[in-house]
Amino acid sequence: MAFARSRQALAIAGVLGLALGATACGTGNDKKSSKAGSAECAAYEKYQGNDGKKVSIYASIRDAEADLLEQSWKQFEDCTGIKIDYEGSGEFEAQLPVRVDGGNAPDIAFVPQPGLVKRFADSGKLKSLGADTKALAEQNMPADWLKYGTVNGTLYGVPLGANVKSFVWYSPKTFKEKGWEVPTTWDQLVTLSDKIAASGVKPWCAGVESGDATGWPATDWIEDLMLRTQTPEVYDQWTTHAIPFNDPRVAEAVDRAGTILKNEKYMNGGFGGVKSITTTSFQEAGVPVTTGKCAMHRQASFYANQFPEGTKVAEDGDAFAFYFPAIDPAKGKPVLGAGEFVVGFADRPEVQAVQTYLASGEYVNSRAKLGNWLTANNKLDIANVASPIDKLSVQILQDKSAVFRFDGSDLMPAGVGAGTFWKGMVDWLNGKDTATVLKGVENSWPK
Amino acid sequence: MDFDFAAEQPKLFMLMYGLLAFVVVVGGLLLLLDVVPSWFARRREAQLVAASTSGAPLPRRRKPREGMFAFFFLLPTLLLLMIGLVVPAIRTTLLSFMDAGSNNWVGLRNYGWLFSEDSIVRVLTNTLIWVLLVPLVATSFGLLYAVMVDKARFEAVAKSLIFLPMAISFVGASIIWKFVYAYRGDEQEQIGLLNQIVVSLGGEPKQWLLESPLNTFLLIVIMVWIQAGFAMVVLSAAIKAIPADIVEAARLDGVTPWQMFWRITMPSIRPALIVVVVTLSIATLKVFDIVRTATNGNYDTSVIANEMYNQAFRYGENGQGSALAVFLFVLVIPIVIYQIRNLRQQREG
Repeated sequence: MAFARSRQALAIAGVLGLALGATACGTGNDKKSSKAGSAECAAYEKYQGNDGKKVSIYASIRDAEADLLEQSWKQFEDCTGIKIDYEGSGEFEAQLPVRVDGGNAPDIAFVPQPGLVKRFADSGKLKSLGADTKALAEQNMPADWLKYGTVNGTLYGVPLGANVKSFVWYSPKTFKEKGWEVPTTWDQLVTLSDKIAASGVKPWCAGVESGDATGWPATDWIEDLMLRTQTPEVYDQWTTHAIPFNDPRVAEAVDRAGTILKNEKYMNGGFGGVKSITTTSFQEAGVPVTTGKCAMHRQASFYANQFPEGTKVAEDGDAFAFYFPAIDPAKGKPVLGAGEFVVGFADRPEVQAVQTYLASGEYVNSRAKLGNWLTANNKLDIANVASPIDKLSVQILQDKSAVFRFDGSDLMPAGVGAGTFWKGMVDWLNGKDTATVLKGVENSWPK
Repeated sequence: MDFDFAAEQPKLFMLMYGLLAFVVVVGGLLLLLDVVPSWFARRREAQLVAASTSGAPLPRRRKPREGMFAFFFLLPTLLLLMIGLVVPAIRTTLLSFMDAGSNNWVGLRNYGWLFSEDSIVRVLTNTLIWVLLVPLVATSFGLLYAVMVDKARFEAVAKSLIFLPMAISFVGASIIWKFVYAYRGDEQEQIGLLNQIVVSLGGEPKQWLLESPLNTFLLIVIMVWIQAGFAMVVLSAAIKAIPADIVEAARLDGVTPWQMFWRITMPSIRPALIVVVVTLSIATLKVFDIVRTATNGNYDTSVIANEMYNQAFRYGENGQGSALAVFLFVLVIPIVIYQIRNLRQQREG
């Protein structure tokens, strides 16, 4: 009996041993394929010495865009031997804190919210930039942008991609047919809207439905109007809560946005009345521009990808965008934009090498050449930017008279900027009055 | 589509690792289960042999060792329960007394916020409406249906019709109903069933999901649609289990169908009824998928579970999220206690 038992145990132990052995065989066949010596790799000289190392990157960019990203640093990988493990997630903002708190932080993350960068920096999770990265970033990036990657005087995040939000999409074809002129001042914009409304077409269309981010396109409207009715300084005070959220100046901006957004005569071309804004998805909201059911749609540069296949996005095509005019041109040319910041949760030499590379002119031009991308990096050669709308965006970003400000809801604490502000705008569009909505958001600001 | 083994290699390796990990863990447990009892048995054997040769009285089985033995078998369960349930519960409770970043103690501030912030009070009210209506309506509907189709023709078909929605996930069901409630402008063709009915009756299409508090009730309809089948199946089985002699005796006494239902059926199926109501109540308290899919908590439809996720994971407000979680836990406790009491009474009775 005792013998039988021990033989049984032996058999189980044997199976286990085999299993463990087989596991051990599974690893250790990584191939190295560094082409460090070749001519095309000359530009990557300064990143050498990390052959065979791995760097993980985590971001919200997925699918086709992610393929372009991986393509953009392919040569860097081949030349330096650094392997970049990219992972994109649709739940990036919720998952990143979980991974960081769980001790499973990626080496590098592309964070679109300066507010989130601040949260990680404050809790000591972020590594400050290496000297090379910092020097290159300061050389290549506009100070306006670096400010948003800086927390308490230390630069943590280097801006990467960018988009311009102060755009109004229209159809150059329809405008030409009907004899409408692209407005360059606020008054012209209003006059044109009235003229179009009188002709029986709803001049504007909008949609703020966006899954669990529903409401964000409306906050962009408010931010753009804040920059147009107030000075950039007041805008900064608003995003940092130096003035209350229900300050009369904020209410003024919201009400001004309401003269278009909540105007039944203007809204919502192709979808119904004002109330249809909250249930129209932001992806389809601007499409009526191409069918003539709506004349204008205020949305960021990246909206170019949302038009149906075959739509020519160009100055003489089916769809294009004009700059959302300023109310008082004397105050300069306010530009609302956004982008993502490269932050490091590790500072190993190979991680720093990747961070430095992402801040360099070589990288931004390599990525821009693949199309559908732009940056505020001043090393970007506009000749490498193919699409007309991206070209226009780069011109606006590089315009010296432009006053750039980052998307305010990304600067605010997430509970407001990705929570009550979004929800508040949805309620506002559904008929709640400005004062009640702003007071609600003010009350929710973390004390 | 050709399948490239080389390209899929990492995934295949992952699969292999998974299988191996399974073999290692399960094999390890089997090994332990085999070795440890036999070790105890051998020890006892040795003691018995030693006792019989020395002629001393046989050692009595000692209780503490028995306890140790039982503890050994309970250990894995206890360990997993600790890691998966007890520790997180304690940690969540502690976090609910701390600030957003879980750095400083803030006392009861998060609980104060729970009951003072208008939007959160709205969330609590919505949850209350859910938990009152869903068990009540789903159970009544299920019961009514079970009684009506009992012993009727085509009983199986009729029952499976109501039971079918159970097979659809909450997210799937919510998407289906979102289409039912869908809205298109006056001049356009309606794609939503409800609005089409309204329009063909001469009314104007409405934005069903925007109108509070009507929208909360419309979401509740989705939950009832899914859960009525569950109530119906359990109650129908209970009705079938009523002893035939009781029914026959009642018939001989000449009961009306009404009396039959209230005097015979209801008392007989009371235990099943309680199980259904309790299960539905708990399922309703933690409802998340329906609200998130259909409205994402907008337009005043949010419920506790949804708000808890938003606060903790999307807004980075760990303290407020944890406070909501603890509150939800407190709400579930009385229901669980009631259920356990009932089970105990049944066992004793």
